[in-house]
Amino acid sequence: MATQHSRAAARLMISPAVLLLLGWMIVPLVMTLYFSFLRYNLLMPGMEEFTGWTNYRFFLTDPAFFDALGNTLLLVGGVLLITVIGGTLLALLLDQPFWGQGVVRIMVIAPFFVMPTVSALVWKNMFMNPVNGLFGHFAHFLGLEPYDFLSQAPLASIIFIVSWQWLPFATLILLTALQSLDQEQLEAAEMDGASALSRFYYIMVPHLSRAITVVILIQTIFLLSIFAEILVTTAGGPGTASTNLTYLIYVQSLLQFDVGGGSAGGVVAIILANIVAIFLMRMIGKNLDA
Amino acid sequence: MGRITLDKVTKSFGEVNVIPPLDLTINDGEFVVFVGPSGCGKSTLLRLIAGLEDVTSGQIRIDGKDATQQAPAQRGLAMVFQSYALYPHMSVRKNIAFPMKMAGVPEDEQKRRIDSAAAALNLTDYLDRRPGQLSGGQRQRVAIGRAIVREPSAFLFDEPLSNLDAALRVGMRLEIMELHKRLATTMIYVTHDQVEAMTMADKIVVLRAGNIEQVGSPLELYHTPRNEFVAGFIGSPKMNIFGGNPAQQHGATKIGIRPEHIAASTETGTWSGVVGVAEHLGSDTFLHVHETGLAETVTVRVDGELPVRHGDRIFLSPDESKLHRFSEQGLRA
Repeated sequence: MATQHSRAAARLMISPAVLLLLGWMIVPLVMTLYFSFLRYNLLMPGMEEFTGWTNYRFFLTDPAFFDALGNTLLLVGGVLLITVIGGTLLALLLDQPFWGQGVVRIMVIAPFFVMPTVSALVWKNMFMNPVNGLFGHFAHFLGLEPYDFLSQAPLASIIFIVSWQWLPFATLILLTALQSLDQEQLEAAEMDGASALSRFYYIMVPHLSRAITVVILIQTIFLLSIFAEILVTTAGGPGTASTNLTYLIYVQSLLQFDVGGGSAGGVVAIILANIVAIFLMRMIGKNLDA
Repeated sequence: MGRITLDKVTKSFGEVNVIPPLDLTINDGEFVVFVGPSGCGKSTLLRLIAGLEDVTSGQIRIDGKDATQQAPAQRGLAMVFQSYALYPHMSVRKNIAFPMKMAGVPEDEQKRRIDSAAAALNLTDYLDRRPGQLSGGQRQRVAIGRAIVREPSAFLFDEPLSNLDAALRVGMRLEIMELHKRLATTMIYVTHDQVEAMTMADKIVVLRAGNIEQVGSPLELYHTPRNEFVAGFIGSPKMNIFGGNPAQQHGATKIGIRPEHIAASTETGTWSGVVGVAEHLGSDTFLHVHETGLAETVTVRVDGELPVRHGDRIFLSPDESKLHRFSEQGLRA
């Protein structure tokens, strides 16, 4: 029984762990905030000085910032759209009984286990490369001019690669949700005269809404910080066509050696991520209530 | 408007033959109960009639028309499921409206039918709630409401009361019977509870391993069971069935006598035994009598006041006119 006394003791005993976690979060955050107000360039060591809001002004007025912001939203939105719709369709397909179901399910999940750098390189060199890639060869076979995906449509190509990685995750979650749907509900709907399409729309989609919410929230967390795929394929280019916020901060602090500017960008990214989170929770958070 | 005929219907799942060729006619307006032990194929039979399973061979006719290949919705039947199968994300009103929405019934007609169904089933106050906020009995009524508004030619009930507690079950049983009297629509009701079967049915179909053992009114089944299985299945507590000498004295391989047709006395009787457990129900007492030389236990219904205790010697006399005789094949002789 949790008496007043034992509850106080419990709080005392978990406090070291809580304090450690708090420190783990607070120290880097405070240091980033501190750096963001410094003129701190790695090319000029020992010249750090307080500059007020200058870093923020430069970062927020940089035309690359708006490109990166738009690219980030496009990347997150595009991948979410493809994975949720594609994942639902794949889950419906995998839910049907067919020969070799077990093997197919494992194969569908496989892309999720390939690390981002590797999968992006495989797509870049083996498929999308206009000279050596399979797509290039296929275009040749049809007598067409090979399409240079990563320079002609860099952001779309990256969206495609990232979707390929995340589709298994969405499929897996949606498949388990689909399997938890009471078959009698579907049969009742069938008796009630609902066609296959109406059964999907009126019974399955509402049942899946919570799983879709989970997929969207979890994926958004990871998609906001996509980095490896961009680094190894387009390096943010051409120009800023495939630069997202994460990549812009990397460019600022490690390619231009401007730690102060990069930190300011980091703080901006934190604020933007929270705005996205608030919007998401407003829009779909009610699905998580029982 | 609700005459269902099964003509040599069979059903196999792969190699396993669940329903051997089976013929059955259900007349318009009848309350028919399929009863049998678990796994006897009664739910499968109901699902075949509903169209949720395809028959392997044979024909199902509804009102004389061949419905064997028809989709479930086209057969004009409504089903109430064991788990109720309500749509959890829709309000009670939308649940009840769903079949009409699918059928394209006009809005005002939908509203009229929902209101009358809700009034009939005491659901008016709950129309805007979700199924999750209702009790078991209320959910059951919503499921029935969803079936009623379709104005089907027959209702199919798949063990609808088995998820309810005992008191509620008796109440819902009466409500369903009341509904049947009012609508006068054919109802097919599947249960493994022979008390439900006896109290509700116009006609009971006793099934075992997919075979129809006997079809008849509750009292027909009670008084003249066609074979040993039906004799043992219908009636509560079970009929006492024993073979050996006492059976041969009556010219049969086995004889059966219901607990209520045995007179018990502390002084004289045909058979004697030792009292085991006594179940006191107030009006009656069921005695389990051992060491009779007939069977391991003989159940006897006695007056609630009979002064016997565990271990006492007791004498039993069967009512000879109520004795059931069975042949070697277990058939009624």
